[in-house]
Amino acid sequence: MSTTLFDKVWDSHVVRKIEDGPDVFFIDRHFIHEVTSPVAFLGLKSRNIKVLYPERTFATADHNTPTINQHLPVEDPLSANQLKALEDNAAEYGISHWGLGHKKNGIVHVVGPENGITLPGATIVCGDSHTSTHGAFGAIAFGIGTSEVEMVMATQCIMQPKPKKMRINVNGTLSKGVGPKDVALYIISKLTTSGGTGYFAEYAGNVFEEMSMEGRMTVCNLSIEMGARGGMIAPDQKTFDFLEGRLYAPKGEAWTKAVEYWKTLKTDTDAVFDSELNIDAADIEPMITYGTNPGMGIGISKSIPSANQVEGGAETYKKSLAYMGFQENDVMIGKPIDFVFLGSCTNGRIEDFRAFTEIVKGRKKADNVTAWLVPGSHVVEAQIKEEGLLDILTESGFVLRQPGCSACLAMNDDKVPAGKYAVSTSNRNFEGRQGPGSRTLLASPIMAAAAAVTGKLTDPRELF
Amino acid sequence: MAYDKFNILTSSAVPLPIENVDTDQIIPARFLKATERVGFGDNLFRDWRYNGDDSPKADFVLNNPTYSGKILVGGKNFGSGSSREHAAWSVYDYGFRAVVSSFFADIFKGNCLNIGVLPVQVSAEFSDKIFAAIEADPNTELEINLPEQTITLKATGEKESFDINGYKKNNMLNGFDDIDYLQNIKEDIIEFADKLPY
Repeated sequence: MSTTLFDKVWDSHVVRKIEDGPDVFFIDRHFIHEVTSPVAFLGLKSRNIKVLYPERTFATADHNTPTINQHLPVEDPLSANQLKALEDNAAEYGISHWGLGHKKNGIVHVVGPENGITLPGATIVCGDSHTSTHGAFGAIAFGIGTSEVEMVMATQCIMQPKPKKMRINVNGTLSKGVGPKDVALYIISKLTTSGGTGYFAEYAGNVFEEMSMEGRMTVCNLSIEMGARGGMIAPDQKTFDFLEGRLYAPKGEAWTKAVEYWKTLKTDTDAVFDSELNIDAADIEPMITYGTNPGMGIGISKSIPSANQVEGGAETYKKSLAYMGFQENDVMIGKPIDFVFLGSCTNGRIEDFRAFTEIVKGRKKADNVTAWLVPGSHVVEAQIKEEGLLDILTESGFVLRQPGCSACLAMNDDKVPAGKYAVSTSNRNFEGRQGPGSRTLLASPIMAAAAAVTGKLTDPRELF
Repeated sequence: MAYDKFNILTSSAVPLPIENVDTDQIIPARFLKATERVGFGDNLFRDWRYNGDDSPKADFVLNNPTYSGKILVGGKNFGSGSSREHAAWSVYDYGFRAVVSSFFADIFKGNCLNIGVLPVQVSAEFSDKIFAAIEADPNTELEINLPEQTITLKATGEKESFDINGYKKNNMLNGFDDIDYLQNIKEDIIEFADKLPY
């Protein structure tokens, strides 16, 4: 029978099927961080059980960590307490821990691939919805709740009904200035934040085949924003080249054998999906969001739709625009902004910093803009310096911070004040996401760069 | 952690007819710093419920004494966003035992089932009827019958069935959780793991 990439990986990890219930699903690799793991460890303690396979779980601190002065003690006592809990729990249960200050530390979804923990055909979970990122390698990866974090540590399994399958095909040629983030925001604007619910997506078509691994990670990262549990892309030579030689990737003969297996991980030509979406790459513009969920996105040259043009309730829509301080039919270009955030598990990788730098090179940061440039890991940070990007950024008036989730979710010190507008390369523009009252405009690194140097929303294509 | 058993719940309900209620509204990230599962109910819908100076916002439904009960009725696509189980904990800690919506986000729904909050997905029409009934009489009661898998508007007797898989239903009825099940098949899991490539 013809099967999809998703079927192949899923079916090979089902320990048993429960009648009128979920599958007992085996997890190869498990990431934990400080926020969603402490209560899971408490559960293990109260049940008096050990971690079944400590070598399959990897801990890193990212959500709470400050992005300056990381050598000093963490000032916020609650954050410090959570970071300490992760360190202590990892030590007690024999789990590898890349805490604050460790050279491998960074955002969980950046460091996993960077160290070859993420592999094609693997099943990967983490108590974080953006675990979908790892699907870029042809893995099944998705976010789980804390009860499931405990389950995985106790038994290396979770109980999951198999999701339906969706394929999103993007073919054709992307216009200049349109990148992976725009492709993802465009898809979400078409599907809405609930259009993918109940599905696991496969991204297919020449646009994804030609995309870098960093770009594929950006796209898969945002799968959850259309409601899909995750998204994946068939592994290819680019995937293998990215992984070869990484810390946890197989070596020598094991590598050769692994690649042989990975080459079989693709959807059969006549396999059937429950749903398919076809998109012409040429239709995609550089995207910007104007509302309070990631589905509320439009091309930068467009104006905000009126309530009667959008699906869903007018009341919710108007509430959203009121929160943003926008009106129906407003033009986006030229809107003043206050903050720019480059970073997060969505766009905190080297390619994102290259793209941002290319735009700001030879220009100056606008005086009205506070910019936070936050690498996704120490490895990315080092690369920014090695490639000379830091010199260019410094010359343009930007400062590079230290790795962490930073302003994506306002759990650390990097918060956007109430009423202020932030052009952010992160993943959510929910009310208060970047701080109580903050107003987030999601965009690509080059859109963020264009806003940073002009102090307002600007079509980045004008700055090439 | 094993939780309360769920059988038949009859209660008035709190209406929140807003679509796409995301997990950051249910509990903002800055309240996720606890290392124990305590006190989350206080911060349920924190920024919709309180002003910056912690004074209650009078127009938010949880601050309106007219509405109370163990059932929260939300708009379409309830619980979208993050995987934080804290969102489900805060719903539970506040005192809700069931959430009704015409559409749930996946992870939130799973988290609710894992901690003993019953997500009840109804048709858009029935959801409208519930909101209208509560508006007409805030004390009107809903009956959620898990064994029968039905939700009933007590005042009129109008009823709809809802889905839940047999395994999860059994867990909810008996207060079992997944780890109880998985611990019992550990040997199978180890045998399975030994055959995997990594």
